[in-house]
Amino acid sequence: MGDEITVTVNGTAVRVAVGTMAAAAVMSVGAVCRRSVMGETRAPLCGMGVCFECRATVDGVEHVRTCQVLCRQGMVITTDAA
Amino acid sequence: MPREERCRILIVGAGPAGIAAACAAAETVDSVVVLDDNPAAGGQIWRGEENRWTARLRVCGARVSNQTRVIAMLDGGRVLAERDGEPLVFRYEKLIIATGARELFLPFPGWTLPGVTGVGGLQALVHGGLAIAGRRVVVAGSGPLLLAVAAHLRERGANILAIAEQASFRSLLRFGAQLWRTPAKIAQALELQWTLRGVLHLKEAWPIAAHGDGSLREVTLRTRAGARRFACDYLACGFGLVPNVELAALAGCELRDGFVGVDGWQQTTARDVLCAGEPTGIGGVDRSVVEGRIAGYVAAGRREKAERLFGERRRLHGFSAALARCFALREELRHLADDDTIVCRCEDVKLKSAFEHEGARAARLHGRCGMGACQGRICGPALRFMLGWAESSGRARPPLFPATMNTLAAVGEEESAHV
Repeated sequence: MGDEITVTVNGTAVRVAVGTMAAAAVMSVGAVCRRSVMGETRAPLCGMGVCFECRATVDGVEHVRTCQVLCRQGMVITTDAA
Repeated sequence: MPREERCRILIVGAGPAGIAAACAAAETVDSVVVLDDNPAAGGQIWRGEENRWTARLRVCGARVSNQTRVIAMLDGGRVLAERDGEPLVFRYEKLIIATGARELFLPFPGWTLPGVTGVGGLQALVHGGLAIAGRRVVVAGSGPLLLAVAAHLRERGANILAIAEQASFRSLLRFGAQLWRTPAKIAQALELQWTLRGVLHLKEAWPIAAHGDGSLREVTLRTRAGARRFACDYLACGFGLVPNVELAALAGCELRDGFVGVDGWQQTTARDVLCAGEPTGIGGVDRSVVEGRIAGYVAAGRREKAERLFGERRRLHGFSAALARCFALREELRHLADDDTIVCRCEDVKLKSAFEHEGARAARLHGRCGMGACQGRICGPALRFMLGWAESSGRARPPLFPATMNTLAAVGEEESAHV
């Protein structure tokens, strides 16, 4: 892929290739995305923006579907299930 | 109210059908706009990959608005959308709905564990940069997507432990036998078999449980030789496709057996609204492309060009019918979930509490089943298959997706203006 950028997932800096989705960055550090109503850990299911299991806080915006968002240099991703 | 953009032809969805429609329409019409939810055009199958169609889209003259989600239909031939949290309004003369399909997920014990994904779901995540090399993957469910995804993941270095197809070997043979009508698909099938040589390919097999504490560790497959357990990192599981008909329903299009009803010109029953691709029937990329082209030509007033594609469409509809027949889901799959299995993942509604209610409406009102962020897109089709519940996609309501207050305020202003 070539070029890499750095994003932060739950406080950890992660190098990812340009074109990486935020969801993949989260999964790459072994993090999960959210806690369900009953407190279960949840991670991406559909990968296409339909199931909402991949929601996390991205640059301060809550409930972003991370499977639909490309990583940007300096992006800060915080998951519920940190 | 946000500023309004006018266009002759508005297309929702930049997958194969939407792209083909845009290219066809733009041959004649110079104001064609395509709205798409994803960061790049191509839909779930092409995902921003460079090919003949995505290249044509870029030069055809149509304007593509990425990461733009349709929220509601407004009256007077207008659509409300949202991009970066901001409302956008598009006024169209003709609307082409090309919203594609999603996967059918069926609940079984453990299906909510991180590591259990869709089949197309895992493919999408890997496309999106998830490293899969060296990871142990079980691919399960039903349909040609299983092999295509397994092959793709293997090429990326995944260790495919097993492919579990619920259909019988006889059904698969029958499916293979009718491929002579679409020779290109035979070549594809042979190539997949070659890529997947040596991989365990079970028929009449399906997942009955996923195990793990906080994330997936193992999966149990029911096979003809009894239960078999596999230690794995991912279970990619999907039972075929469900059409995305919510926007069409909201636009007032009549649904037939869960699909958007269209005539030979791809026109729906709603005035000035056409539909192409998976919402009209599940049939893969070729069918979507030909229907998209027909819809694009018809919307642009070039029926003579559309008519030349009818033969090809007829042939591909034959492929759709074979697909539905050969990969029909077996009865046993209706009973994978036990009482304590969560069916609605958004609201954590268990099967036993969904059962307390008579039908989808009561379960929604009293049990919050299908009331979460996905708006019943995942549990609705599952419960329809499991319990025979007539689902509500035929009565879609705005907002079609969760929207910002900014966007909702735009609808509010609109409605108060009519009081």
